[in-house]
Amino acid sequence: MTLTVLDPGGLTLVQDLGRPGYAGLGVTESGAADRRSLRRANRLLGNDDGAPALETTLGGLVLRAEETVVVALAGAPAPIEVVAGGGSTRTGGPVLRLPAGAELRLGVPEWGMRTYLALPQGVLTGRTLGSASYDTLAALGPPPLQAGDVLQAGAGEAVIATVEAEAPGWHGAPYMLDLLPGPRRDWFTDGALTALFAEPYTVTDLGDRVGVRLHGAGLERARRGELASEGVVRGAVQVPADGQPLIFGPDHPVTGGYPVIGVLTDDAADASGQLRPGGQIRFRRRGDW
Amino acid sequence: MSAAVLRPSGERAVLVELDSLTAAHALSASILAAELPGVLDVVPAARTVLVTVHRADQLSRVATRLQQLAREPGDAAPEPATAAIPVVYDGADLAEVARLTSLSTAEVIARHSAATYTADFLGFAPGFAYLSGLDQSLHVPRLDSPRTAVPAGAVAIAGEYSAVYPRTSPGGWHLIGHTDTVMFDPAADPPARLQAGMRVRFEAVR
Repeated sequence: MTLTVLDPGGLTLVQDLGRPGYAGLGVTESGAADRRSLRRANRLLGNDDGAPALETTLGGLVLRAEETVVVALAGAPAPIEVVAGGGSTRTGGPVLRLPAGAELRLGVPEWGMRTYLALPQGVLTGRTLGSASYDTLAALGPPPLQAGDVLQAGAGEAVIATVEAEAPGWHGAPYMLDLLPGPRRDWFTDGALTALFAEPYTVTDLGDRVGVRLHGAGLERARRGELASEGVVRGAVQVPADGQPLIFGPDHPVTGGYPVIGVLTDDAADASGQLRPGGQIRFRRRGDW
Repeated sequence: MSAAVLRPSGERAVLVELDSLTAAHALSASILAAELPGVLDVVPAARTVLVTVHRADQLSRVATRLQQLAREPGDAAPEPATAAIPVVYDGADLAEVARLTSLSTAEVIARHSAATYTADFLGFAPGFAYLSGLDQSLHVPRLDSPRTAVPAGAVAIAGEYSAVYPRTSPGGWHLIGHTDTVMFDPAADPPARLQAGMRVRFEAVR
């Protein structure tokens, strides 16, 4: 199965579930920013959960099917237009059959940042350290898609499967993100912990796969001094000296030198992959603070 | 070994805090040697080891084992391997480092290549090792404004550390030389030339 990229939109990457096991060498896990939506798109086609798929940001992606192909979409609900035989159809997905020569055009989603598009048996591409993910910070893996790129998918017949409904609550306002205590919560005052959960935070436009900066109540430290660099995880909420938290994404550096006040649950970390600038979030206390 | 404090780091990770770099490297080595079931990633750093597991339900069992490993004497820690890295001392900031340190460029080169370094931890980029052991007289601040592109193989210093940039990347350290040694190759095993805990020497080739 072959598809041609006519327009990659803002940013379209190949992503799977990443390359764990190399963080000690300075290689972060990377992988889909919203792993739940990647899994869902793959399950719709009967693929392995972590088969390489396309992660496209805020619409704009245009693909042409060179042969008849079935694709599945999940994540941010981008309007779908299929142009074929001189006509154009708007469709809702999530699974659609593109006849040979048809163009698939994704518009800007109503909510969320990233739409996942799965192809039968996944995108066939080279692996770096076991993964087809592109790590934007380390520049490992297949580079971002460009117009003219040709995508290869598996030749087999797609098995269209029934999967659970899209996870609810991701597009409410504000997003609720479940937060567990972080390794350095004791670096912060009681007032900072209260503010962290009491106040909504606004998603700034300083956000990418490395991290998302938030703007809201400043989080005051209970102690001074510098923290020696230490390992951090995806979903860690780190607080730089200016007191404004940031959420580490899939391409975060493997170590950080600012204290981590809390860590998102895995589900909340996936939801954070859909945060859009200008949106609001609230942290919800989970675990023993 | 020594007292370890376990600090939670989300559903699938725990940060083990130790009292020294040596203890962190020893624990990291014993975790890898023990091949604990469920362990996905081990990240040694200056005074900590971050341990990530595959599934949340494996974390408490792994945490118990980490406490045990941290209490065991570190007698199994082998002598760390030493890497020799040949350096041509022709960096763009060599003269500036000499000026900042009131040394001659020859003396900067002599002091940089005389020391034995320890790879404290890797980060910033794949294969980028923070090498401690830099001569006190060569501790210089970072550049006021980072370069947008530091060439691969650049040998650099900043603060108490020296490092080699594995590939072209932005960077704010002072560049004093370059090496042709490949620091990171995804096709190699292991992919990184340096690992945390290793000893490193820079050899002046001219």
